[in-house]
Parts: sequence; C-alpha cells; structure tokens
Amino acid sequence: MKIHEYQGKAILASAGVPVPKGKVAFTVDEAVAAGKELGFPVVVKAQIHAGGRGKGGGVKLAKSAEECAQIAGKMLGMTLVTHQTGPEGRVVKRLLIEQGMDLDGAKEMYLAVLVDRASGAPVFMASAQGGMDIEEVAAKDPKAILKEVIDPAVGFAGFQARKLAFGLGLPAAVVPKAVALMQGVYRAFENVDASLLEINPFLITKAGEVFALDAKVNFDDNALYRHPDCEAMRDLDEESPLEVEASKYSLNYIKLDGGNVGCMVNGAGLAMATMDIIKLAGGSPANFLDVGGGANADQIKNAFRILLADPDVKAVLINIFGGILRCDVLAEGVIAAVKELHVNVPVVVRMKGNNEDQGKEMLNGSGLAFTTADDMMEAAKKVVAVAGGAR
Amino acid sequence: MSVLCGKDTRLVVQGMGKHGTFHAKGCRDYGTNVVGGVTPGKGGTTVEGFPLFDTVGEAVEKAGANTSVIFVPPPGAADAIMEAADAGIPLIVCITEGIPVLDMVKAAQYLKGKKTRLVGPNCPGIISPGERCKIGIMPGHIHMGGPVGVVSRSGTLTYEAVGQLTALGIGQSSCLGIGGDPIIGTNHTDALRLFNEDPATEAIVMIGEIGGSAEEEAAEYVKAHVKKPVIGFIAGQTAPPGRRMGHAGAIISGGKGTADEKMKAMRDAGIRVVKSPAEIGQAVKEALGR
Repeated sequence: MKIHEYQGKAILASAGVPVPKGKVAFTVDEAVAAGKELGFPVVVKAQIHAGGRGKGGGVKLAKSAEECAQIAGKMLGMTLVTHQTGPEGRVVKRLLIEQGMDLDGAKEMYLAVLVDRASGAPVFMASAQGGMDIEEVAAKDPKAILKEVIDPAVGFAGFQARKLAFGLGLPAAVVPKAVALMQGVYRAFENVDASLLEINPFLITKAGEVFALDAKVNFDDNALYRHPDCEAMRDLDEESPLEVEASKYSLNYIKLDGGNVGCMVNGAGLAMATMDIIKLAGGSPANFLDVGGGANADQIKNAFRILLADPDVKAVLINIFGGILRCDVLAEGVIAAVKELHVNVPVVVRMKGNNEDQGKEMLNGSGLAFTTADDMMEAAKKVVAVAGGAR
Repeated sequence: MSVLCGKDTRLVVQGMGKHGTFHAKGCRDYGTNVVGGVTPGKGGTTVEGFPLFDTVGEAVEKAGANTSVIFVPPPGAADAIMEAADAGIPLIVCITEGIPVLDMVKAAQYLKGKKTRLVGPNCPGIISPGERCKIGIMPGHIHMGGPVGVVSRSGTLTYEAVGQLTALGIGQSSCLGIGGDPIIGTNHTDALRLFNEDPATEAIVMIGEIGGSAEEEAAEYVKAHVKKPVIGFIAGQTAPPGRRMGHAGAIISGGKGTADEKMKAMRDAGIRVVKSPAEIGQAVKEALGR
C-alpha cells in the first residue's frame, strides 16, 4: 500500500525526523488558510501517489495569499501527468501546503531504507546525488550509493549512521544532526512495517539544518493488520476501482494496458505464465487475476464480474490447476456466474487436476457455449482467435 | 532416492487448525509418516488420530519428529519457525502465506548459524513421489517417481510442469516449492545444489519468476557446477514494471528483476530456457534423450 507525501511526513515527524511545517488542503480556502498560518512564501504540492510531480507542474511556490489561491485553484482538479502516472495521469484532489525552505546554497541528497532480498535484511542507502532519479544514479554510478546492511537484532547502529553521514561528505558539525535524522527514519520504517521508506531529497541547508523534504512510504501489505492507523491512510481514489473491488473478495487483480483477453487463474505463478502464453499465441492479456488456492464458487462469480467490468475484455480464458480448488467446484462457480451475469463474451476453459473429468462433464452438460481445451497453448490459441485474432 | 524428504521423514504439523489438519491427513494418506501435531494448549489430546503436543520440543522428544510443516496463521508463523529451529528440527517447511517481511527478517537471522534448513514460506512444500513422501499441500496423484528434480517459486505452475512430465511418462525424484516471498529459506541455488548432488536426479527443471536476482545467481551456480541438463522457465515475461504480481516477491523494481534478464543469464549458463510454459515437459523429454 502507498500513501501521500503529507501522510508519510506525519509518520516521519512522529519518529522525530525534522520535516518542513505543512498542512493538507482539500479546497482553495483550506489552502489559503494553511498558507496564512504558516506564513508566505509557501510551497503548494499536489498529492498523488506518483513521483515526478515537480516536472509535471505539481509543485509551485506561492508568495502571497492571492497567489496561493490562484495556484491551488488551478492545481485542485487538474490531471497531473508524470513519468510514473502513465499517459492518463491522476486527478489532484489534495494539496500539501508547506513552509518554503531556503534552498539557496542548500544541498540535496538521498536516503532510503528497504528490505534487501539478497542479504535478507533491511538496508539503509544514502547518496550525495539527491533530488534526481535514484535509478539513474544506480545505473550510471553504483558506487555513488552507500549501503549499510542492518542486523535486525541490533537495529540501525549509531556507527552505521555515522559511516553514511561521513561517506556523504557532510561537514563534522552537521553529522550529529544527520545521524539523528537517519536513526529517526529507521525508527519510522520499523514502526509502521514499511517495505520502502525514501527521502528524496534529504535537505541540508546552508545554515547546517537537516530536513526530509519529500517522503515516500510503501507499506508491507502483509503487516497492515497490525497497523490500523496506517491502513486508514489508504486513498481509494488513487487505486483502480476494479482493483479495489477485487481486493474486497481477496482476489488479486491487476489491469494491464492494451489487452483484450481477460484471464482467471489460480496461483500467481500460473497466472503470470498464462499471461505469457496468451502473448506467445499472438494475443494480449487484459489483466492478471489470481483467485487463490482455495477459491470457492462465490469468489469465482465475483472474479467473473470484475473481469467483465473491463470493457476491453473481448474473451475470457479460465486456466485452473485443481489442487485444493477442485475442478468440479470451479465448474459449478463458472456455470452459475455465466448464467447469472449474462456473460456475452466467449469463454475458454482449461482445467487440470482434482476432479477434472467431473468438472468437464458439468461444463459440457450445462447447455452453455463453453470452449474447452486440454493444454495451455491450445487454450491460448483458442481464446486469442475468439477475441478477434492476433493483435 | 530423493532430496530432503523420503522414507526417513518423521513429520510434525505445526498449527493443527482446520487447514493444518486437512493437509496432515492428505500427507498421511499419500504415505508420509506424520507423527503428530503441535497446537499449544491441546497437548495430550488427539485429532483425526494424530497425537497433539503443546510444543515442538515435546514432539521431538516423544514422537521423534525430524521434520516440521507449518500451517500457523501469518501473525504467529515466524515464531513457529523459530520454535522448530530451537527444538533442533533439521528441516522446516513453512506453507503459510502472508507473513510480514520484518518478521521473516528476524526468523531468517535466528536461523543463521543453526543447522536447520527452512523451505518457504508461502510455498506448496516438498514431495518425493518415489518414496511416497509429501510434506505440503500439492495434489499427490499428479506426481510419479522418476529422474527429474523440479524447483519452483510458484505452486500451481509447478503442478502444471509436473502434470506435463507425468503425462509424458517422466517421473520426478523430488519437487521442491521454494516460495514466492522476498525472503525465503532455501533459494534456487540451494535447491540446484541438492539436485546436483542427488544421484537419482538426472535432469532439473527450474521455474522462476520476475523479481529479485535469485535466478541469475542460480545460473552462475549451474554454469560452474552442474553437468546435468537443466530446463528453465521464467513466469512474468509480460508483467508490467512496478506492480506486485500476486507473490510478494514478484515485482520488477528499479528496472531490475525482469524476465528477459533472467532468461538471458540462464541461457548464458547453458540452461535450456523455454518461452512457453506448455513446453516444459517436452524440453525435459528431449534433454533426457527419450
């Protein structure tokens, strides 16, 4: 789960990390009131779950109440397109009104904590090249990124923070402040079970003060159950409506751009492989959908409903390998869904495993026009053909 | 012959709830020697003929358990892993899906320096069909004994590959599901090493997916050490970057962990990589010269 910058900064602030003073605003009036309270100039920042907002016109300086009103009026409701939003962009519904920082002579650096798969532990990363795309830095000059692997039993040790601070070339007088900030960042990471906490830029002012000028926090979805306060920060407007709907039924659905073959599969690996084989057969998958290992007839029905709510879907491929989920249970769910939802696109079913023959008999005897297939490639070819051929 | 599980396995099931009991029966029906279950507070009672114990230590002491399979729900699963390791269990298979990653970080750290091997979490388990031993949730009847070792990060995709092999009359030595989480106990390289050293395994199927760099590291190992034919497939060739594809570990982040990179590393190591998941069985058949 992702959250907005202002929410991320609140999490940082509660862990003792210095952040610029700011307030969230949903309306122009709120934006102006926040600006007056903070004192001008203020920075008006569009709140969407995507980076690259500055380049897209989502971060502006307001020197007066009038200017603040004008900028907020334009920004609220605008569709902001950045390199992370895709061409359709995101509608701005919230603004962060923030105290303007004196950037004259300031340095912008980069800090992040994430769980590193290779070392099986959290890693604190720092780079003197902040304010830009860290992926580019990593690609061009991997040595410019300093890393400290954190022993989970010990936590982020003081010496590790000092190594990073000195490694960034910070003046001795600033190091203790930077160390305190970094330790706060790690506390915040642990406090909320984040999967990624990124500060870009990490600001060092000319006067030697340190701030987290931006904050990106991604949560470990598996740990949200123990952080109801974080879960409450979820902004459904930032998520695809079909994906939100799917999550209500414990279905894992991801819409893919440009596809026309809807697919329903059990298991994430097989679901990915099914997308791959649709492509190999000359078609294009419209989604990823994993109904899970123990899906029941009701979940199958809801999965169908979500698939069909996507207007791009011209045909559906169901690929199930029956382990815990038996093929007869699947067939029952599919037949009920097709009848109840008046499905009018072709449906290709391929099922293997437990009670396979029984499931096939049920489909064939249902009086409905299913196409069945024995192996994955045959199924993929059939569904691509009925979806309107290769594209 | 087989790897990790076989005739000597004495299995204890941690978490004898509805789910755990169901699969304990499934394992016993397949032929596994299930010596009991652990549910704190239910020690001394039985369920479905399985004696229950309060702690894993008790199951080791009284029933001689040497392998554990974990069905404990996510909030307690990492703790269950550590309990089994503390009891001296040499092989732990964790089926549980959805364990918080920072819990797994701690459990993985706890296992360091101990002789315990962890398989999973978020995996289907291990099966050695020739020895009628299954530790996990896979459908036993699709397997048959034979010379092919299978290692995979996914559940049903493994069944798919096994189904193809069995349909072609090619059996399996062992099938090892290593799990789809970012932090797992036994990785691709560990599994390849086991199969490489197992005299009964003549060919290896390696099924990976997008995310991380475990497949690339395994490819290095294959290049340096493995003479047996290895057949590979990577799921997620069409997955968009930045989206988590069901498994917590299946995500292309920062342009890293793509299927293309993995397939290239595997081909460079001499692995026969198939682009289509429907061709895994056929590729094994050709590699075995049948």
